[in-house]
Amino acid sequence: MALRVQFTHPLRSFDASAELTVERGETLALVGPSGAGKTTVLRIVAGLLRPQWGSVRLDEVVLLDTDRGIDVPPERRRVGYLFQEYALFPHLDVAGNVRFGACDGSRVDELLERFRIGDLARARVHELSGGERQRVALARALARDPALLLLDEPLSALDTHTRAGVRAELRDLLSALKLPTLLVTHDFEDAATLAARVGVISQGRILQLGSPAELVSIPTDPFVASLAGAMVLAGQAIGTENGLTQVVLDSGLTAWSADQASGPVNLAVYPWDVSLGLIRQDDSRMNHLSAPVTSLAPLGNRVRVHVGPIVAEITAASAERLDLRPGAIVTASFKATAARLFPR
Amino acid sequence: MFLRVPPGELVSAFGSDAARDALRVTAETNAVAMILILGFGTPAAYWISTRRGSLRDILVTLVELPLVLPPAVAGVGLLVAFGRAGLLGGTFEVLGIDIAFTKISVILAVTFVASPFYLRTAIAAFEAVDTTLPAAARTLGAGRAGVFFRVMLPLAGSGLGAGAALAFARGLGEFGATIMFAGSLQGVTQTLSLAIYEQFDLDFTVALAISALLICISALVLLTVKVLTRWHSGSSSLIPFAASTRQPS
Repeated sequence: MALRVQFTHPLRSFDASAELTVERGETLALVGPSGAGKTTVLRIVAGLLRPQWGSVRLDEVVLLDTDRGIDVPPERRRVGYLFQEYALFPHLDVAGNVRFGACDGSRVDELLERFRIGDLARARVHELSGGERQRVALARALARDPALLLLDEPLSALDTHTRAGVRAELRDLLSALKLPTLLVTHDFEDAATLAARVGVISQGRILQLGSPAELVSIPTDPFVASLAGAMVLAGQAIGTENGLTQVVLDSGLTAWSADQASGPVNLAVYPWDVSLGLIRQDDSRMNHLSAPVTSLAPLGNRVRVHVGPIVAEITAASAERLDLRPGAIVTASFKATAARLFPR
Repeated sequence: MFLRVPPGELVSAFGSDAARDALRVTAETNAVAMILILGFGTPAAYWISTRRGSLRDILVTLVELPLVLPPAVAGVGLLVAFGRAGLLGGTFEVLGIDIAFTKISVILAVTFVASPFYLRTAIAAFEAVDTTLPAAARTLGAGRAGVFFRVMLPLAGSGLGAGAALAFARGLGEFGATIMFAGSLQGVTQTLSLAIYEQFDLDFTVALAISALLICISALVLLTVKVLTRWHSGSSSLIPFAASTRQPS
């Protein structure tokens, strides 16, 4: 089973368009900010929105072809759709929700068991926690024996400490189901954990499509870089010296990059490529900035440190060793090869 | 009203032919009117609730028109439309159906003035259902009819009940349009409200008795509406099915 989608559809302020293939057993994630047109893609595949032009195919089965006037209604598309806030039916109990779309009733008990919601079968939707709601919604979507799965922000309705656990569970489930799965999220980390391929979507257009590692290491667009976690600084490329480009950032700093560019540029650096020191060292790093620490934010075993316009991500142990605290003068350094340039 | 004559006398006043006939005519005509209102009004309200833009606004305005129309104007309008010399009266006459001054005219008058109470509440009840729920139902294999019966109707149910109770109360009290369009013929078109008016001159105790009955029914209806709307808003505060339409992102 492979899903093939292509469409163009006007949204309020831009046209959304995409061309995607999702193979059997593959999860493709679309990442982008809210309003980028992510849900539009899912609604078109599910048949809830008819695009101005487009086609949706599941192997040889044509679900939509606007040129030939084919539009299979959503109830006959065999699509498992997990809605953003799960859209559980408040007038039905958990078992009633799962049974709603079941083709054969015997699967219901099996699914309740599989998703550990058997004890909640008689419970009303409003009595459930976020994680339980998500499992009910997944069980309900699978009760119809779908041929493909659509997940709309499957983790965003969960609080932070249930999220990591549910994410791992969902990843195992997806690999066990072997269905073509299309997932949309605003969180790059969720996408990178759940999907082998990630498409970055902005203003209704897919900017880059690749493995999470590719998007992080060779982003083709500053937006992709910032979504993958880079800080993006605007500046002007003023010339080259020894093959390196000199950039005057809008904050007044000068930085060197191994990328070639001229004129207005965006400079992207990943926080984990920035190191901090108490004294300025003479080593292979070309870019240095000495400034007071403005803030420190712990992030598990790491700490995000703001030094002027620069963000550095260092281990908590290093932060302790350097005795970092707001106001302390430190030098932030990164290599010219870690600074990517994108013409503006 | 309850104190003016002994309660026993009020009850025995219903032994009079006028009161009993009025009760029968009211029950028959209002039952048929409610069936018409619920039967045609529910799908119509659902259909209007799924429309957006100016078409919806025009339809809602048309629906609300009988609410603000003076009852006498409604009576004249119905007479001009369905009366023997009216616009459609001739058509019905050919079919052998006489409308004006028959039970049919009472039913039409009640339906005309009471239906907006149901339609307005029903449209609002359907629109309060989170739009992702019917969408979810479609992806789970429910067709348009399945969505209506399995999702929309149960979720809008308490709102529909409240609207039906209000329409019923309005229909019971219908006076102006009926007396102009249907007259006040005992046993044929004389409803409880019309009987009060007539008995006012003939036997004041009967008028009192009918009024007392209508007070009880009105109180009961109001109580029903309160219970239904409390139940509805109570459940929607726990469950976000009344959440506003989310824009696709």
